[in-house]
Amino acid sequence: MTELAASDPLPKPKRDIAPILLPIALALLMIPLIGSTSSWLTLTAASLAMGMMIFIMASGLTLVFGLMDVLNFGHGAFIAVGAYIATLVFAPFAASVQADSLLVNLAVLAPAALLSMAVSGALGLVVERVLILPVYGQHLKQILMTTGGLIVAEQTLYALWGPQIIPMPLPASLRGSFILGDVAIAKYRVLAMFIGLAVFIAIQLVLNRTKLGLLIRAGVENREMVEALGYRIRRLFLGVFMTGSALAGLGGVMWALYREQVHASMSDELTVLIFVVVIIGGLGSIGGCFIGAILVAMVANYGGFLVPKLALVSNILLMVAILMWRPRGLYAVTSR
Amino acid sequence: MMILSGDPPRSRVLTLVLVVIILALAATPFLFPGAKALNVAAKICVFAALVASYDLLLGYTGSVSFAHTMFYGIGSYAIAIALYGMGPNWAAVATGIVVGLPLAALLALAIGLFSLRVAAIFFAMITLAVASAFQVLASQLSWLTGGEDGRSFQLPELLRPGTVLISKNMFGFEINGRILTFYLVFAVSAMMILALLRVVNSPFGRVLQAIRENRFRAEALGFRTVFHLTYANCLAALVAAGAGVLNALWLRYAGPDTSLSFSIMLDILLMVVIGGMGTIYGAIIGATIFILAQNYLQSLMGVASKAASEAGLPLLPGLLHPDRWLLWLGLLFIASVYFFPSGVVGRLRHGGGDKGVGTSH
Repeated sequence: MTELAASDPLPKPKRDIAPILLPIALALLMIPLIGSTSSWLTLTAASLAMGMMIFIMASGLTLVFGLMDVLNFGHGAFIAVGAYIATLVFAPFAASVQADSLLVNLAVLAPAALLSMAVSGALGLVVERVLILPVYGQHLKQILMTTGGLIVAEQTLYALWGPQIIPMPLPASLRGSFILGDVAIAKYRVLAMFIGLAVFIAIQLVLNRTKLGLLIRAGVENREMVEALGYRIRRLFLGVFMTGSALAGLGGVMWALYREQVHASMSDELTVLIFVVVIIGGLGSIGGCFIGAILVAMVANYGGFLVPKLALVSNILLMVAILMWRPRGLYAVTSR
Repeated sequence: MMILSGDPPRSRVLTLVLVVIILALAATPFLFPGAKALNVAAKICVFAALVASYDLLLGYTGSVSFAHTMFYGIGSYAIAIALYGMGPNWAAVATGIVVGLPLAALLALAIGLFSLRVAAIFFAMITLAVASAFQVLASQLSWLTGGEDGRSFQLPELLRPGTVLISKNMFGFEINGRILTFYLVFAVSAMMILALLRVVNSPFGRVLQAIRENRFRAEALGFRTVFHLTYANCLAALVAAGAGVLNALWLRYAGPDTSLSFSIMLDILLMVVIGGMGTIYGAIIGATIFILAQNYLQSLMGVASKAASEAGLPLLPGLLHPDRWLLWLGLLFIASVYFFPSGVVGRLRHGGGDKGVGTSH
């Protein structure tokens, strides 16, 4: 151990780049397997877009776990609620949605997404206060409580909207694809990629460049110490939980547009997917969650193209492989 | 006492309730005429055993598994595929059991070795992922499982409804193959529950409870916790597969909706928590309450919903719609985790005091 003088800068933690290289290597490896460059480009773009959407949904879950040690099994409910709220905005403005003008479309899309985020976030407030607050620090009860919350939320959605599938058409200007040579990339996927990247960068900036982020990261490391320094960590937790719920709502809107339909059972299907992502990434790690989401999407897209039968279990195989390599996920958060 | 492994209900009311339930189940073919009552009774038996096996995991080791329906489904499908493929004979039943039960145990072993080393939360998520993959797999391998339609099959001669063993004019009741099947289900379920009671009251069961209370300390005392947890996982899977066999035999059918779907998993969770975690007896109570509610609450809710819509109330008709019964049980579930985590059984045993599972970390 070397002595450090007070003026020396703190030693930088080593950067762990192997997980970052993983999706890149996977993508490059697929070029010869897929054969045609144009389908490879299309598939890669599709995986990135899908990965970004999954990341938006999963980021809240992993953040909440990392900070509060709370695993929300009802996270999928926020996704479904977000999607349903968006249909409320879309239905009365159907004409504007179908208008072939990007500005008019976005004028409906943006308020719909914001409203969904607001409602999901508000619901997050209620869920945190009612379901999670009484059972802090008790994993078993947390799982049971939030699973109960998922059942109630799903059934309430059925009661309010009915059990049928609600169609959610893409705005006219976002349909179709950009054609570059013989490569076709769906317009909506480009938008999804941009939103996902923006969310990722925003989270990283807040966590690494602001005082709030400093407190959050400190809370992840050592909750008692942050409390002892006089910060009300409970409030911080609540804020993070609501942000995570709002992000899930946003993800729900994006996923509904991607699938062009809304159904309460989408929460079940997506819960499994985001759990796999969060496990692969390492519980509590945003960077890991980002890479995990892209990996899951890549395996789904490439796998679906190369061996369609395998696509059904590809997520599980990926998870097993990653956990064999790093048993606590790509980036293990130190304190757990 | 011997038969209960020295773990009696320990509450007069509870004993009374259990005796009433068991007597009512045993006498269902004679007390309550009609196919529906018999179906409900058989379902209660099957689910009591299934939920008891889940209680071994949730209540005694404190690990939440979402893959329990997978084992249940393996049992169901094994017997269904065997009887479908080999025809209605006893050899097929034996084949189904000999293939299905070890398969479930092996899969449980693999999952356990893979994921029980880490925290309970990891186990919950991994079992959820594996179970959903298995569900998709079962519906896709339609040449084997019949896909979404499932597999219907014929039972061996002796168990068919058409087989009359004792005709009606002897005692006033007809004993046919259907009733014989019911008693088979009843007896095997009872045996499995008693066996589970034996397991949890053995030294092995005590170690499981020690792990539940404080895994670190149990490990420090020299118990190989991963071994114990994996073993418990395999035992629970075996019993769940057994319950699946009974379920398929009773329904003469195995399909994704009756034996694999995620909603059954949620039902099991509801039953074990409402009945009382870590008691085994809770499984019987929970299954009885839940399945009675499932079958009879719905018609009650239908009446209430109609009344509400005739009174012109907003929202209420939707919330009271018979299909929304799970909403109310979900609320009951949350309330019971919150207010009486030891469930009905714990409530009856300790009065108001909550000394059940779940108070530990």
